[in-house]
Amino acid sequence: MRKFSRLSRFNVASLALGLAFLYLPILILVIYSFNASRLVTVWGGWSLRWYQEFFNDRAMIEASWMSLKVAVSSASIATLIGTLAAVALSRGERFRGRTLFSGMLYAPLVMPEVISGLSLLLLFVALNAERGFWTVTIAHTTLTMCFVAVVVQSRLGSLDRSLEEAAMDLGCDPVRAFVAVTLPLIAPAIVAGWMLAFTLSLDDLVIASFTTGPGSATLPIRIYSEVRLGVKPEINAICTLVIGLIAMVIVVASLASKLSSSQGESAAPL
Amino acid sequence: MSARRIFARPARFAAIAPYVWMVLFFLVPFGFVLKISLSQTAIAQPPYEPVFDLTAGWTAIRVAFAALSLDNFRLLASDDLYVYAYVRSLTVAITATTLLLLIGYPIAYGMARLPRRWQAVAMVLVIVPFWTSFLIRIYAWINILQHDGLLNQILLALHLVSQPVVWLSTDSAMYLGIVYSYLPFMILPLYATLAKMEPVLEEAASDLGAPPWQVFWLITFPLSLPGVGAGVLLCFIPIVGEFVIPDLLAGSNSLMIGQTLWLEFFTNKDWPVASAAAIVLLVVLLLPLLLYERLQRRQLEER
Repeated sequence: MRKFSRLSRFNVASLALGLAFLYLPILILVIYSFNASRLVTVWGGWSLRWYQEFFNDRAMIEASWMSLKVAVSSASIATLIGTLAAVALSRGERFRGRTLFSGMLYAPLVMPEVISGLSLLLLFVALNAERGFWTVTIAHTTLTMCFVAVVVQSRLGSLDRSLEEAAMDLGCDPVRAFVAVTLPLIAPAIVAGWMLAFTLSLDDLVIASFTTGPGSATLPIRIYSEVRLGVKPEINAICTLVIGLIAMVIVVASLASKLSSSQGESAAPL
Repeated sequence: MSARRIFARPARFAAIAPYVWMVLFFLVPFGFVLKISLSQTAIAQPPYEPVFDLTAGWTAIRVAFAALSLDNFRLLASDDLYVYAYVRSLTVAITATTLLLLIGYPIAYGMARLPRRWQAVAMVLVIVPFWTSFLIRIYAWINILQHDGLLNQILLALHLVSQPVVWLSTDSAMYLGIVYSYLPFMILPLYATLAKMEPVLEEAASDLGAPPWQVFWLITFPLSLPGVGAGVLLCFIPIVGEFVIPDLLAGSNSLMIGQTLWLEFFTNKDWPVASAAAIVLLVVLLLPLLLYERLQRRQLEER
């Protein structure tokens, strides 16, 4: 009897309902972004009108540009530092302050954003730093490098370490062995980490609200202030564009991780 | 000396940059939150005093320390608004996490039962919404739930209701939003443990005469407890401090602590009280945070 390795009707139903629940709202949003009618809920035929409106909206365009710049810079710094952290944690064996180190890296993964945002802002005020692009970038780097570290660390943990050891037996020094053997093997995880950091930064409202200054609003901040005033079809168009961008990023990331990892491993990052 | 230990030495040096970064931008800022939570509100820029001025010498620092007070915490404890906000945050987080577990478990279980190849596909399908903007997904629900939104239109067309139902600014909308946003966080750790489980164990129990519900309670559920723990913590901790979802979907007559913190900071410009609220929130979350860290460390470091 192989009853328990097969799908029951209940399994199929919960899967289908679950996925429908996750995707329907987004699908509806995308469809309505092409709605010609000003009333968000009345279908007036297909149209690109709201996309046009978005491209004529200077403030929105500026905010999008700001968000993209922050996302690219913070994701890049976070990937570099986060990867270093992952290497130290998974290859450094025991070192002084290791518990504190891993604690500082894991806590931001679940820390409520209002706390991280407020505390970083108070630091920037105390340092008298001018708030704007750099403060948001630093704040996002601090958050996203932890995600990068976890993604890369889980990949490093699943690697066969005898490969590195073989390289060293053959005369490589540790740094050389790392660059020649380990780095190519973890490259897909590093790429995936960058992508994750990029989308997290692009998405963040709370931390950016605390750490940005006047005149440098990010896209989520602008969307949020519009959404508070009610539903606008232009917002549907912007959201669809963001979803499209993220979908592209996901395709690249999943291609990258397909190159290396077998299934199951990538469950660890979350 | 083994290759492993030779390799470890330069690997430790890699810790320096991230260590310095996290101390500077994660640890030290908490010191500022603590300090300002003990300060008085002032109409100034920055809006609190005393401000430490290290150039003013030792006496000035002592004066500044003497001026620190617990007034903000007293305010938090005495004002019903704050006490209520903490209670509400915890209630919402517990309720929502329970809902998430009840909804997420069958989905994760279904995923774990899929043929191997389809499991990977299902996992990507669950992760993708997590990558899609949080704010956008809440906004998608506002579209659907508003007065003349799709949900009301469908209900009216099916003659299930005679007039539009108010969905927005209700607790139901907020719970819907929270469950929707956090579902991947619950499903993935559950799936990870369920996928590792041997179906043989369930089959054995069943062959020995256990009815399905008993198989589930005696075998499946106990074995999935590590995943349950991870999923619950991964959802519970951030939900307690959640701001965006209650702000956009729930009514404004009862606030969660993340909202009061935001309000104090951005609307009332009362930084000291906002900081005190953050400290209390942190204290409330300390135990779950430590538990989560232990779980995370075990998962990533003990292979």
